[in-house]
Amino acid sequence: MTPSVEHVHDEHVRDEQGRLRSVAGAVLDPEIPVLTLDDLGIVRDLVLSADGSVQVTLTPTYTGCPATAVIAADVEKALHAAGVDRVGVRTVLSPAWSTDWMTDEGRDKLRAYGIAPPGSSVGDTGAVALTLSARCPQCGSTRTREISRFGSTPCKSLWSCLSCLEPFDSFKVI
Amino acid sequence: MNDTAVRHTALTTYVLALGDDALILAQRLGQWVTQAPQIEEDIALANISLDLLGQARTLLGYAGEIEDAGRDEDDLAFLREESDFRNVQLVEIPNGDFAVTIARQLVFSAYQYELYRALVDSADATLAGLAAKAVKEVAYHRDHARQWTLRLGDGTAESHTRMQNGVDRVWPYIEELLETWPVTGELPGVAVGPAPLRQGWAAFVEPVIADATLSVPQPTWRARGGRQGIHTEHLGHLLPEMQYLHRAHPGASW
Repeated sequence: MTPSVEHVHDEHVRDEQGRLRSVAGAVLDPEIPVLTLDDLGIVRDLVLSADGSVQVTLTPTYTGCPATAVIAADVEKALHAAGVDRVGVRTVLSPAWSTDWMTDEGRDKLRAYGIAPPGSSVGDTGAVALTLSARCPQCGSTRTREISRFGSTPCKSLWSCLSCLEPFDSFKVI
Repeated sequence: MNDTAVRHTALTTYVLALGDDALILAQRLGQWVTQAPQIEEDIALANISLDLLGQARTLLGYAGEIEDAGRDEDDLAFLREESDFRNVQLVEIPNGDFAVTIARQLVFSAYQYELYRALVDSADATLAGLAAKAVKEVAYHRDHARQWTLRLGDGTAESHTRMQNGVDRVWPYIEELLETWPVTGELPGVAVGPAPLRQGWAAFVEPVIADATLSVPQPTWRARGGRQGIHTEHLGHLLPEMQYLHRAHPGASW
């Protein structure tokens, strides 16, 4: 049976939407440029409309994260380069992003980059997720010390390794 | 006004007030940048400020949307006068020394944590969405304040005295955070009345004060009026610094 014209069209739209979704997901995080948006899990949705315009939905890691505006602009630029003329990017807070959404591949990349990846979150226990020890991404030692809960970006805390004496960032669990 | 209009106005006021609390405290904490006692604290207070600013942007943007008078987050932050602000007076008082700032962070983040945790179940989807996000951020703020209160209170004689002074300084302002507030009564299921938050707040703050070997102050006066637009003289000094750029260059963007 020959597929109907509508069916072929739908499939084409779906393929194209998937391709653009990959383009958006492959955009790099401006603060941690080894991670893609897909590694972080912050591209919530991408819809290709009949008129050829694209609407992307992103979620910020932290409500005040200054990288959010840069990420939105980078996604727009990447989609323009992929042939889309009209791109709209909106940011939604709900459901709240969690470090649990970060892919395993993303965690490996973080470690290789020198940032300890986040452990798993424990939901709302009323307390800050307790990180007893972050493993040093440089030498692998667990003899480490937290220097400050707040690091160079909202999503990271500052640690130092007692074995190799190097300071390092650790991705905070939220 | 009919019931819907009353609720609408009440919601605008409520959201605006929560947004103003976050905005003004973000501005105050931002004043610590380059001034904190150590670089880690400089970064920590800036991070906390940034979280609050993110919350303020969402809340003020939403307040503008429901007000439906064509004002966006920038108009509300930068073009209102002192008496239009609905924040509690606690967030506008000067930073004082580091211990005063930490004392304020302790009482405010303990309040905000309970607030957001309750707002997660709000019938208002925007407030519930923000709360679910922000409660995780505020858990870190609260823990930061707790750790410093313990370290300073149970530290040297000097740090103990300073921390006690800090707690004494902010205590007259906590009733305004925790008392019943008329507008919340008009928003059942949507807003969280401050009074029910008192229990969770006390359950967190009181043991910290005790463990830090501090005594709970018994203030002889209390602040009131912030939610009605009555402010200390300090807000009048804070606003021009925060607003001058936007007012000098209306509509400027990056």
